[in-house]
Amino acid sequence: MIVHALAALLQTQVPGLPEHRVANIFKPLASPAQSEYEIAVFVIAITTVIFVVVGGLIVFTIVRFRRRPSDDTRQEPPQVYGSNQIEVAWTVIPILIVFVLIGVTARITAGVQNASPPASTVKVTVIGHQWWWEVVYPDFGLTTANEIHVPASPDGKTATYLTLRSMDVIHSFWVPQLSGKTDLIPNRDNFLWIDPKEAGIYLGNCAEYCGTQHANMLLRVIAHPPGDFEKWMAEQQKPAEQNPQMTEAKAMFESLSCINCHTVKGTPAVGKFGPDLTHLMSRETIGAGVLTNTAENLRNWINDPQVAKPGCYMPSMKLTDQELGQVVSYLESLK
Amino acid sequence: MASIDYPLEHPKIHPREFSFSETLYAWVATVDHKRLGLMYIVSALIFLVIAGIMASVMRIQLAVPNNHFVDPDTFNRLFTMHGTTMVFLVGMPIVAGLSNYLVPLMIGARDMAFPRLNAFGFWIFLFGGLLLYYSYIGGSGLSGAGSAPDVGWFAYAPLTEKAFSRGASSDFWALGVMVSGFGSIASAINVIATTISLRCPGMTLSRMPVFVWVMLVDAWLILVALPPLSAAQIMLLLDRSLGANFFNTQAGGSAVLWQHFFWIFGHPEVYILIFPAFGTLSEIIPIFSRKPIFGRPAMVGAVVAIGFISLGVWAHHMFAVGMTSWSNTFFAASSMLVGVPTGIKIFNWTATMYGGKLRFATPMLFCCGFLLQFLVAGLTGIMLAVAPFDWQLHDSYFVVAHFHFTLIGGLVFGVFAGLYYWFPKATGRMLSEKLGKWHFWLFCIGFNMTFIPLHFAGMLGMPRRIYTYAAGRGWESWNMIASIGVIFQAAGILFFVWNVIQSLRFGERAGDDPWDAWTLEWATTSPPPEYNFEKLPVVRSSRPLWDLKHPQDPDWKFE
Repeated sequence: MIVHALAALLQTQVPGLPEHRVANIFKPLASPAQSEYEIAVFVIAITTVIFVVVGGLIVFTIVRFRRRPSDDTRQEPPQVYGSNQIEVAWTVIPILIVFVLIGVTARITAGVQNASPPASTVKVTVIGHQWWWEVVYPDFGLTTANEIHVPASPDGKTATYLTLRSMDVIHSFWVPQLSGKTDLIPNRDNFLWIDPKEAGIYLGNCAEYCGTQHANMLLRVIAHPPGDFEKWMAEQQKPAEQNPQMTEAKAMFESLSCINCHTVKGTPAVGKFGPDLTHLMSRETIGAGVLTNTAENLRNWINDPQVAKPGCYMPSMKLTDQELGQVVSYLESLK
Repeated sequence: MASIDYPLEHPKIHPREFSFSETLYAWVATVDHKRLGLMYIVSALIFLVIAGIMASVMRIQLAVPNNHFVDPDTFNRLFTMHGTTMVFLVGMPIVAGLSNYLVPLMIGARDMAFPRLNAFGFWIFLFGGLLLYYSYIGGSGLSGAGSAPDVGWFAYAPLTEKAFSRGASSDFWALGVMVSGFGSIASAINVIATTISLRCPGMTLSRMPVFVWVMLVDAWLILVALPPLSAAQIMLLLDRSLGANFFNTQAGGSAVLWQHFFWIFGHPEVYILIFPAFGTLSEIIPIFSRKPIFGRPAMVGAVVAIGFISLGVWAHHMFAVGMTSWSNTFFAASSMLVGVPTGIKIFNWTATMYGGKLRFATPMLFCCGFLLQFLVAGLTGIMLAVAPFDWQLHDSYFVVAHFHFTLIGGLVFGVFAGLYYWFPKATGRMLSEKLGKWHFWLFCIGFNMTFIPLHFAGMLGMPRRIYTYAAGRGWESWNMIASIGVIFQAAGILFFVWNVIQSLRFGERAGDDPWDAWTLEWATTSPPPEYNFEKLPVVRSSRPLWDLKHPQDPDWKFE
């Protein structure tokens, strides 16, 4: 009973987190994004000054030296061939600017890439698939999908360490307010760490073109307030709900080929090709962010995923209404 | 000045009427550098219109969120074919076409060094382009999957491997691009041989027009940069057809290897594409400012420097693949260094205008548009070179906006300047100034309206190459404005097409030298005869026609 109450509480709490839908890189909310923001402002300031000076000079020249109707067209202006002093000046000054920029770039690059994250970290392995994200918590033995739950780190003491891998083609992990992007490349481990300053939901996208449904390979990072992450993890580590009322529906689900691709922990469904469904209903979205997880959307999705996400690898199973109803009600029991 | 010897007496030509088949035969079988140059440019313009239509369809799709104007596969094919077409079938033939038409005329030669290689180059390029487009019909292959390639213009592995790209579309991409590349290599060899060995008496390298210098460096870059791409494409074809595993990650191949191969071609390539615009500006700005190019040696040196540095910057396209911080810093540094010689060029063009008497005919208007827009492109390029900033901007719409500022705001504006400037030479008739100004202003407004907002969409997290997006992420208004801008751009292009059609028939007669210019191509008739010059000219300075027009004050006294 307590577990159910807690689950209900969590259900209400998670959607209550503020959702950062506009992923503005100039509103950073984690250390790597903050460093990138700072150097961005610095570089934009320098380039703006250059733009104003050089652009102003070009416009001034265009306006000041335009030919006027009163000019004698036969008379050519003074023929000036060049000036070594001026050439040296506008070679040396840009070189100096470039050296400043190189120095700052070197420092921030090393700072972000070689930074030691805070002592207590949560390790997460994110594995890119054509067109969804597998999310593994190796220290907790947990596999989930598409929504990456991490602890927020308002005091800068809890970070999340991401190992990035790919199952098929190259993808790229980009949640702009938390960090710049890092690619997920087959046969290679890449790393990234984030420490969201505020609890909330951060949106992002796959940023490397990866095939038909690249556009709908969306990222959601859910940063829990202190203490809540552990509660979420405890919920997720439980085996799938065993609701006695669902025996028939469960049998129906397990008789269909759904189980070849999807896992529901503690049941015969052990497929690895698609997202793990053990706690499907704890997720806010389906289809890697393409639909919100409502009863109606879930039913339509299972009926024919090719409507919302044409080209994705989940086929329409051509279920009868009765089969569809039973599969949906079983999935809805997977809290 | 007895030693200045120009063919001022032009031979009288009595054209007779040719039948259609004779005309067709004359064009198909020609080895004349001018006809081949024109054919390159006309094919490039046709491909430009095709690629522009593709871009317009994409902008309609992205104008509003959750649009269903085209399906995802069609959209992915559109941006792949748009990018591939613009780079390989518009940019490259523009390079070959302009250098073919102008280099021999500017250095006082009768033709290119290898006229038949020249013809081969054009036809193999065109064949490559048609092969690529044939994929719309034949790309589905035996397995019936897909039609045109949908892997993006840089075709990252392993998306191009058999497992992820079924059918034959990726084979058509690799073969079509590779074959058209052979044409570019042939043309590059020809330009190098021509400039080295066919300069007229007195035309030392230091007197060679800046345009010819730029195209010479461009040809070297093509010769160095294109073979790695061809090699990678052959490896890809081996992967796909013969079971090699260079890039096949499922059998231990390397995805990052393809990126190195591609960008060691791909980054020099963007300089290869922009160089013709550098060349046209360096010729047009002096004429319409009535002053010689400021700092000639610095201008030539800057182009050579860009050529060398551009060979060492390729991995700035790969800051997100997880290289070490040392590699990232190296490539950030080398990329920013390119800004120095590029800056020198912009400063020298401005200094050429400074103190002149600027005449804003259409070619000059396009040059002014180039200067301001290319300045923006250069500065956003600096932002992208800063590796930590690039981690945010990479593969976002900011990058799309940046390279369209270089390649449309820069290259296409520079090419239009060149087309308005040399059209009278090639056809004997002027383009209409009135229609030209409509073209310039509409295209300039439309271009900025489309691509300025896309910078901001990218900074708000919009990744490139998405066929649709959800509402509420802050991208709607930027995308809507960008799509409206396309209408203005398209209208501008229509004015240009109408201008060309009208002027070919009714344009004002140009005469030999309508702009009162100083380089050798204006010393012969418009259009020039097949042999260019009846008598080879002899030059004594970098502005031979200035010397001729100002016998009291010739350049050779100062050089």
